[in-house]
Amino acid sequence: MQTRDLSLEQLQNVVGGEHAREATRQDAVDGVVPSFVARPGSVEEISELMRLASGAGAAVVPRGAGTKMHLGNPPHRAEVIVDMTRMDRVLEHAAADQVLRVQAGVKLDELQEELAASKQMLAIDPPEHGATIGGVVAANASGPLRLRYGTIRDLIIGIRVVLSDGTVAKAGGKVVKNVAGYDLSKLFTGSLGTLGVIAEANFRLHPIPEVARTVTVAVEDAGGAAGAARAVARSQIVPSAVELLWDGDRREISVLLESIPGGIGAKVETARFLLRPFGEVREEEGRVLPEMEPAEVELKVNAPPAELSGVIESVTGAAERRGLWVSLRGHAASGVTFAAVSGGGEEDISDLIAELREIRSRRGGSVVLTRATVGLKRRAEVWGYAGDAFELMRRVKEKFDPPGTMSPGRFVGGI
Amino acid sequence: MERSRLIRTMESILGPEGVIHEREQLRTYECDGLMNYRVIPDLVVLPESAEQVQKVVRVCHEEGIPFVARGSGTGLSGGALPVEKGILIVLSRMRRILEVDLENERVVVEPGVINLWVTQAVSDEGYFYAPDPSSQLVSSIGGNCSENSGGVHCLKYGFTTNHVTGAEVVLPDGEMVHLGGGKAPDEPGYDLLGAFVGSEGTLGIATKITLRVVRQPEAIRTLIAAFEDTEKAGGAVSGIIGSGCVPAGIEMMDSLCLEAVEAAVHPNYPECGALLLVELDGPEAEVESQFEQVKRICEENGSSEIRVARDDEERALFWKGRKAAFAAMGRISNDYYVQDGVIPRTELPEVLKKISDLSSEYGLRVANVFHAGDGNLHPLVLYDGEEQAGRAEELAGEIIRVCLEHGGSLSGEHGIGEDKKKYMPEMFTAEDLDVMQLLRCAFDPHHLCNPGKVFPTPRLCGERPGPFRMHPLQEAGLAEMF
Ligand SMILES: Cc1cc2nc3c(=O)[nH]c(=O)nc-3n(C[C@H](O)[C@H](O)[C@H](O)COP(=O)(O)OP(=O)(O)OC[C@H]3O[C@@H](n4cnc5c(N)ncnc54)[C@H](O)[C@@H]3O)c2cc1C
Ligand SMILES: Cc1cc2nc3c(=O)[nH]c(=O)nc-3n(C[C@H](O)[C@H](O)[C@H](O)COP(=O)(O)OP(=O)(O)OC[C@H]3O[C@@H](n4cnc5c(N)ncnc54)[C@H](O)[C@@H]3O)c2cc1C
Repeated sequence: MQTRDLSLEQLQNVVGGEHAREATRQDAVDGVVPSFVARPGSVEEISELMRLASGAGAAVVPRGAGTKMHLGNPPHRAEVIVDMTRMDRVLEHAAADQVLRVQAGVKLDELQEELAASKQMLAIDPPEHGATIGGVVAANASGPLRLRYGTIRDLIIGIRVVLSDGTVAKAGGKVVKNVAGYDLSKLFTGSLGTLGVIAEANFRLHPIPEVARTVTVAVEDAGGAAGAARAVARSQIVPSAVELLWDGDRREISVLLESIPGGIGAKVETARFLLRPFGEVREEEGRVLPEMEPAEVELKVNAPPAELSGVIESVTGAAERRGLWVSLRGHAASGVTFAAVSGGGEEDISDLIAELREIRSRRGGSVVLTRATVGLKRRAEVWGYAGDAFELMRRVKEKFDPPGTMSPGRFVGGI
Repeated sequence: MERSRLIRTMESILGPEGVIHEREQLRTYECDGLMNYRVIPDLVVLPESAEQVQKVVRVCHEEGIPFVARGSGTGLSGGALPVEKGILIVLSRMRRILEVDLENERVVVEPGVINLWVTQAVSDEGYFYAPDPSSQLVSSIGGNCSENSGGVHCLKYGFTTNHVTGAEVVLPDGEMVHLGGGKAPDEPGYDLLGAFVGSEGTLGIATKITLRVVRQPEAIRTLIAAFEDTEKAGGAVSGIIGSGCVPAGIEMMDSLCLEAVEAAVHPNYPECGALLLVELDGPEAEVESQFEQVKRICEENGSSEIRVARDDEERALFWKGRKAAFAAMGRISNDYYVQDGVIPRTELPEVLKKISDLSSEYGLRVANVFHAGDGNLHPLVLYDGEEQAGRAEELAGEIIRVCLEHGGSLSGEHGIGEDKKKYMPEMFTAEDLDVMQLLRCAFDPHHLCNPGKVFPTPRLCGERPGPFRMHPLQEAGLAEMF
């Protein structure tokens, strides 16, 4: 396993002199500084890079815009960064068929702008700006809209990947309905660069709703937040998002309503009516949802949606007992809550995580350390228990990447 | 293991009433909904619990006996076709709805539960289970899950894969695992559940499944619109989708199909060359205004008659014709072959024209009934008797090639199974198929779980993908590829 078998010149021969360079500290992945960064311009070039790297026993970490490189365990090794930002073309936007085929390095924001010209969108809204499609798929990122449209795994309909031995393969296709063969697009969604490099992906698109309003209620306590979220989510107004904000004295549930001009009024009225029992209601034009502020330590708590009040109480309670400060944001009706944690040392925080994981393990769900220092990651374990299918996941990894070239160690259980 | 000993072993696990071994009784299970292929299994077992499934699979694993899961046997691609010298594991005795948890909008069921029962279990509370294959009265959730079944409401609500959130699965070595978070989202790890759904029973046996249920819409509006021909109807479909509304379903039937349907269930549809059935649902105000728009679009595209369902009864009648379409073919033809191809919606006029050309060329009638909204075609190739059967299948194959030429897929909902595996290389390269096999090998290294389905000639596990070459063991006649 030494990179001395791999030289910058070899990489430059593949991608061209100006597209491969020595890595710098800025390219470090959780403290591990790679040797090289290569920016392939085609699927063939990725394939050639992978053959070279795995042949030389070098570990490869794919990178999109780098906005989520903090997710995952520190890699065991990382010699070559395969930077996907050169592959930023929209290959096909069949507007009338509402499908899309793009290279992985396309930036989501730019893509949405382009799609908007046809009054369409990829119904995914991770709050982070600048993220690439490949990164969104690899990190299984989603946002508030998941309530209505599902997550990226529900929208992806085809994929083209490059495995560590250079094999290029596709699965799925560019039609919305398709059951031919295994659905590898789902397998690669959320695989965090550990199975192969995602080169291209196909998606189904949705029309952009014509109008949007946000109705927000200021709630008293955790029970109120849960009650308000449940009331709207279980109604027939089909909210596009139901979001939680729990930050000091600001405690709110915001409901995003989207419709046609003739339909929005009735939806807003119903939402106001349903939310009124829980506190003071206000209404805003457009989409006004609580934003995630970057914090040094972030947790993602996944729980059955009905447990929202339990999640709020257990997280804030466990933090308080340790003198930590937490602020919560989340997809209240989907069962996802993000916690930004501050104050305290690594020990307090890893203690907090252990306590929350213990509760989750009894009630279902998971607690993931989505952002932290390397020290804290080593102490608290990023992913927690990976379930009884872990052995099977390990076998999947072994089949797809036998030499362990792809992002070794980053994923669950050190995969 | 000797057969008589195997029978005793199985009886000790399942009791005598859980094992079928008499040849005449075994015949009941020789095929699924696709009757072109028949194989009599060595044994049929009827487990009543996950533990029993696990015990049966363990024996198969230890003895190297291939096994096939079967739900209700309504599959149309030969997915539940038994394998020779293999055991058929029939899950229809595992039919309990284990939990209804509407707080989390989830229902947990055993695999043999019939699709429609899920909706029935929650409808009083104002919920429904969205994926609604036309076989919803009979097909099982286990089968739906394995085929990633679709239905008329999938255009808006998504397919089975979007509604299964967790599964307890007995792996081909008898281990039991839980895939997906079930009630909690975003379980860390690979999305093995996403890969399992739609894997046609080749990765393991689901013994418990968690499903998402959806709030019933406030309003539902349904219309049928008559057109001169499928091209005009296709234009209306594009217009509706292009207008930015997402209908709950858009179905199309051509004249030949209408003829059969009329004879069979008398829905009293207007006489026309092509009929569209459009349903919208959602909040009242939204649906009202979009429904007006849909009517206008149909008119603009030359619809000669539009009928709006006045009440639930009439709505049911509109749907009755559509849902009975396959069965109705018996009225106008002795035999028929159901094809299941997908195309990008915009290719519809071109593809329908090519199908009609092929129909003349082969001298066989083709009736069309399909999910127009998502481009899923079901051309029904009509034929008469054994002697035409081969030609009908050939024609159906040509239709699939047309779908592929136009950027589509081999199957939209019925699966690949035994029936279509030979076409897989026309849609996927050898590398694509090899990479899919990597997943198979991780789950089922010995290829015991529904072997021979989906893939044309999978390599043995352990081989690295690359240009195709015969495995040395196979060349030497030492090992067989399923
Ligand atoms: C303030 C803030 C708030 C956020 N809130 C949310 C939120 O609410 N919900 C949410 O889900 N996310 C959230 N995110 C995360 C954001 O959505 C991610 O940044 C995004 O998904 C990653 O895209 P990227 O292109 O930057 O990927 P990168 O950071 O470059 O890569 C992410 C991972 O994917 C791998 N990868 C990248 N490209 C490929 C490829 N082509 N093939 C294979 N593997 C690849 C990388 O190796 C890495 O492991 C938030 C981020 C921030 C900073
Ligand atoms: C009249 C008619 C109309 C139809 N309409 C539609 C339609 O609109 N949409 C659609 O998608 N399909 C349709 N089908 C096809 C069929 O009903 C579906 O494929 C259905 O999902 C099969 O369910 P089943 O229980 O009958 O499964 P089976 O036919 O018994 O099995 C199907 C596959 O699933 C596997 N399997 C079954 N149970 C399990 C389990 N517990 N674990 C693992 N694997 C399992 C089997 O091995 C097999 O490969 C129709 C069929 C008919 C006859």
